[in-house]
Amino acid sequence: MAAIELRGVVKRFGPITAVDGLDLDVPEGICLGLLGPNGAGKSTTMRLLTGQALPDAGELRALGHELPDDSKAARAEMGVVPQLDNLDVDVTVEDNLAVFARLYRVPDVGAAVDRALDLARLRGRRRDAVDELSGGMRRRLLLARGLVHEPRLVLLDEPTVGLDPQIRTQLWTLIDDLRSRGTTTLMSTHYIEEAERLADEVAVMAQGKVISRGRPAELIREHAGRETAEIYAPPARLAEARAIAEADGLRVRPAGPAIAIVGSERAGNGAVPDGAVRRAASLEDVFVLLTGEEAE
Amino acid sequence: MEAGTAPAGRTRLRRLEPAAIGGVMSRELANFRTYWRGTTFSSVLEPIVYLLAFGLGLSATLVDEVGGVPYVQYVGTGMVATAVIFSSALPAMFGTFVKHRFQNTYDAILAAPVDVEELVSAEMLWIGLRASVYGCVPLLVTIGFGLDPMPGMLLTPLFAFFTALGFAGFGVAMAATVAKIDQFNYVTALFVTPLFLVSGAFFPIDQLPQGVQIVAQLNPLHQLVELVRGGAFGFEAVDLLRFAGLVGFALVMWRIAVSRMSKRLID
Repeated sequence: MAAIELRGVVKRFGPITAVDGLDLDVPEGICLGLLGPNGAGKSTTMRLLTGQALPDAGELRALGHELPDDSKAARAEMGVVPQLDNLDVDVTVEDNLAVFARLYRVPDVGAAVDRALDLARLRGRRRDAVDELSGGMRRRLLLARGLVHEPRLVLLDEPTVGLDPQIRTQLWTLIDDLRSRGTTTLMSTHYIEEAERLADEVAVMAQGKVISRGRPAELIREHAGRETAEIYAPPARLAEARAIAEADGLRVRPAGPAIAIVGSERAGNGAVPDGAVRRAASLEDVFVLLTGEEAE
Repeated sequence: MEAGTAPAGRTRLRRLEPAAIGGVMSRELANFRTYWRGTTFSSVLEPIVYLLAFGLGLSATLVDEVGGVPYVQYVGTGMVATAVIFSSALPAMFGTFVKHRFQNTYDAILAAPVDVEELVSAEMLWIGLRASVYGCVPLLVTIGFGLDPMPGMLLTPLFAFFTALGFAGFGVAMAATVAKIDQFNYVTALFVTPLFLVSGAFFPIDQLPQGVQIVAQLNPLHQLVELVRGGAFGFEAVDLLRFAGLVGFALVMWRIAVSRMSKRLID
């Protein structure tokens, strides 16, 4: 049984179609990265799964529960880690966790709080108010709060957005632990590296639907080949190099101040200029080719 | 932690579950523990200041008594209504708005097995309970100003609770309706202040024009004032109707609040 099954899901906000015929299966025990640019429909998909948005069409099932009718029972077995910090800042660390242990009907609240404190490595700060914690501690607490009831399914909505690299790495370690314990995880992100490092499979989402899905290595092989050549040069030279590569049937994408010729291993003589930096193809190449958006 | 051991998954989840309501109220309690001193200080000091200013000040200069009741005691019993509306409607309006729009608290709660009906009910119950305690403070202060304690006064928390429940529902519904926080100024000016002024807390409403008297009869705060004075100076048969009216007011505002918040919180 898939932990999440979505069939033809549509969600509109007035004239905007945020989710447009979305089909998505998340098998139990994997971490699926939902990768897409801002506005791709990732957060709306998360809200549909928690019953905070109602679909205009389609079928949704989470952990065997029909949504939105049986959403409350589904949420009892899900943990949600939101994009925005919504901790109670004046309240102590342990009280923040205890409130959610009660909301999730955990029988032994004290034991659940202790477990979550260990997970967040905040046992020594349990009686401190949240606003006394550092940014990294708060994000760990937010994650631990979503796991306080040992959920079968975890929804991570852009879990590291806006964080500095050090805090992001701390969070990644915790999320990786979650995956190694076999907890099914759906993680929306627009960070390529995050998806590449944490997700067993990646579904690339754009304009409200999944446009490609697979293991990161499979996606790279399928869409980007083996090698990418990056060319750094003045704009006129870049335009010339792009025209030559495209004439040779190669795909070219912008890469900040450079251009990247994707699948450069197939290039004919002269299609990739001397001085190009050749590197292994990446998920970023796939993302940009599929969505047309610059990666972060 | 081992995956897949969520205890709530095996429980049957119904509407208006005590565990969900209790969980939301426990969040309010945890927050209240961080600010109760300030709130309690102002709720005790305010009636003392009012009683000194209106009760002693006016009774020494303009009004000695109203309907045979010393004016300081008349104002003191009436001020239960003031305490109730200011500790229910205003916290419900501002608190709900801030938790929803600025703190994203409701997003976190609704991601747990809690629905909007339970969330709103818990918020209203918490405010109702809190206001029922703070509502008694003016009465206790007035005892210090010479009001004789009466057994009927023991019902004041009950009267205050249902009135506060209704005004909490009103506040939640307003928070779900306004677009910006400064629009509460309209709500306060158009509803809260007039209701408070024509509640009969400071002067008898039978001196007012006929139309205003009819409106005042529909004012839950006026019914609360009459019930509190009934407890202090003797109940009448009509007080049962007044109490039923307050319960009805609370029920109607509860359903309106749930409906408005559902529209606001669920896309």
